[in-house]
Amino acid sequence: MAVKKFVVGLFDDEAVLFPAVKKVRTAGYKLHDVYTPFPVHGLDHAMGLRETSLHTAGFIYGITGTTTALSFMSWVFNVDWPLNIGGKPHFPLPAFIPITFELTVLFAAVGMVMTFCWLCQMMPGVKKHIFHPRQTDDKFVMVIELTEKTNAEEVKSFLTAAGAHDINEQKAEAGWWFGRFDKDDEPYLRKIQTANA
Amino acid sequence: MKDQFVVPARLKKTSFVLMGVGLLTLLIGLIAFKGETRFWAGLLQNSSFFLLITLASTFFIAATTLAQGGWQIAFRRVPEAISMAVPVLAVILFLVVMILIFGGREDIYHWINAEHVAHDPILSWKKAFLNKGFFTIATVITLALWIIFTIRIRKMSIQEDSWDMSRETGRKILWRNTVVCGGFMAIFVLSVGSTTPWIWLMSIDAHWFSTMYSWYTFASTWVSGVALIALFVVYLKRHGYLTFVTEEHLHDLGKFLFAFSIFWTYLWFSQYMLIWYANMPEETEYFQPRVWGEWRPIFFLNLLINFITPLLFLMKRDTKRNYTAIVFIAIVIIFGHWLDFWQMVYPGTVKHLSFPWYEFGLGLGFVGLIIFLVSNQLTKAPLVPKNHPYLKESIVHHT
Repeated sequence: MAVKKFVVGLFDDEAVLFPAVKKVRTAGYKLHDVYTPFPVHGLDHAMGLRETSLHTAGFIYGITGTTTALSFMSWVFNVDWPLNIGGKPHFPLPAFIPITFELTVLFAAVGMVMTFCWLCQMMPGVKKHIFHPRQTDDKFVMVIELTEKTNAEEVKSFLTAAGAHDINEQKAEAGWWFGRFDKDDEPYLRKIQTANA
Repeated sequence: MKDQFVVPARLKKTSFVLMGVGLLTLLIGLIAFKGETRFWAGLLQNSSFFLLITLASTFFIAATTLAQGGWQIAFRRVPEAISMAVPVLAVILFLVVMILIFGGREDIYHWINAEHVAHDPILSWKKAFLNKGFFTIATVITLALWIIFTIRIRKMSIQEDSWDMSRETGRKILWRNTVVCGGFMAIFVLSVGSTTPWIWLMSIDAHWFSTMYSWYTFASTWVSGVALIALFVVYLKRHGYLTFVTEEHLHDLGKFLFAFSIFWTYLWFSQYMLIWYANMPEETEYFQPRVWGEWRPIFFLNLLINFITPLLFLMKRDTKRNYTAIVFIAIVIIFGHWLDFWQMVYPGTVKHLSFPWYEFGLGLGFVGLIIFLVSNQLTKAPLVPKNHPYLKESIVHHT
């Protein structure tokens, strides 16, 4: 949670954006984020993001679901309330498999969705600064964070050379906060005004 | 860019050695089993398995074409070449089943004895379907249609190489491929998806029936067929061909192997669970020797090789993108499903479990034959279908 300075540049085309992202990394600027209207294949790799740990989490959730289902059902039918159902054994593994499978899927799916929201910092009420109103609409927006070592003018000319337009400097909250868009911020309308101004 | 495959002397030698091993095993089997049950059961198991896994290549082309897939174009000539082994293997299977039917091999198909059928209420019910005439006609029609469509798809693809590259030809290529592949798909669903495994394999246990059986067989052969495609792709890539094929394409083949191994298990389990639940004698007789009899170790080994191994091994992204890892798991999968066919055919014919040296030797012979036929076919056309409109999509493919 800290207010930082950013330089924001707009791109019209992913073909221009892609080399620009690579250039930013070789130039050594600190890339805050890149916002795109659709998933651009290979962009995460070009940005130098580490591979997500979401699938490992998913595996662990799945294993948890399997164990929960199997142990619960065996406990119910063997220890807590043994019933004779159609003369089947008290530990009928084939009959347990569908439920085990369902619970594995359920745990993995719900757990992964929640982990995904956690990793992406998404939740009802969680707010983030919007750098440009059209950043996930039809424009590609690249945000470079300014540190003590970077010169804003230099970054701006760098972005112009890379093919960006509408380059501006913003001072904004870098993380997230709780809030309501209707009460303490009207990002869309406000940003439209700044864009027109 | 190396676009024209030349069969390396070593591959040729390997294929001849394997075919020699197969023929030798066939001769030893003929002497050792005196042309009795096991001799024919081994031939039936291997010829049907290897025919269906090469046919899976035609299915691969048809399915990806109908789904408007672009990613596979860079190596499309590989499944095409594999599918051209179908005519030869179809002839072998045809000879085997015809000898079984008209040679009066009641130890394999016990329903061919008319007198026996007349005294058997269950078989009398199935008489309209389980008889020599129906069996022969259905086999001839399906095999003929498979061969016609496979050759047609291959011929179209080679013919398109001599066309010019334009918008019109692009549309024409897509349209006629879609039409022919659609036709093949309809036939495939009616044959491998329903009747063919019933008459060739399920009728070994003629009293028993399972509506899952054909899908089960299909899943088995389809996942092994993808493994076969992956093996040839990796082989060509290792020898410097298929320049446009990258880890991305391999990753997708790996996903297929992973997904359809799970699909196979789904059918494996569904078939078993319904029968286990109902517990009716005429249905459980199939699983009696397999789950509670001598074949128990094979039945569960099957699950270990065909489900647990691919599931855990292919779960990680890195293994799906690693050439050596894919070769390893593809061989494991093909072997596993070959075992699956073994335990589908044998408990109803040979009855007793013994070390499958004869079956494995025959299998090696078929592998050699497939290598020989496919490597020959690969030389007959450039490895890249240069006029296919989706070629660029395949080159820039990114998962």
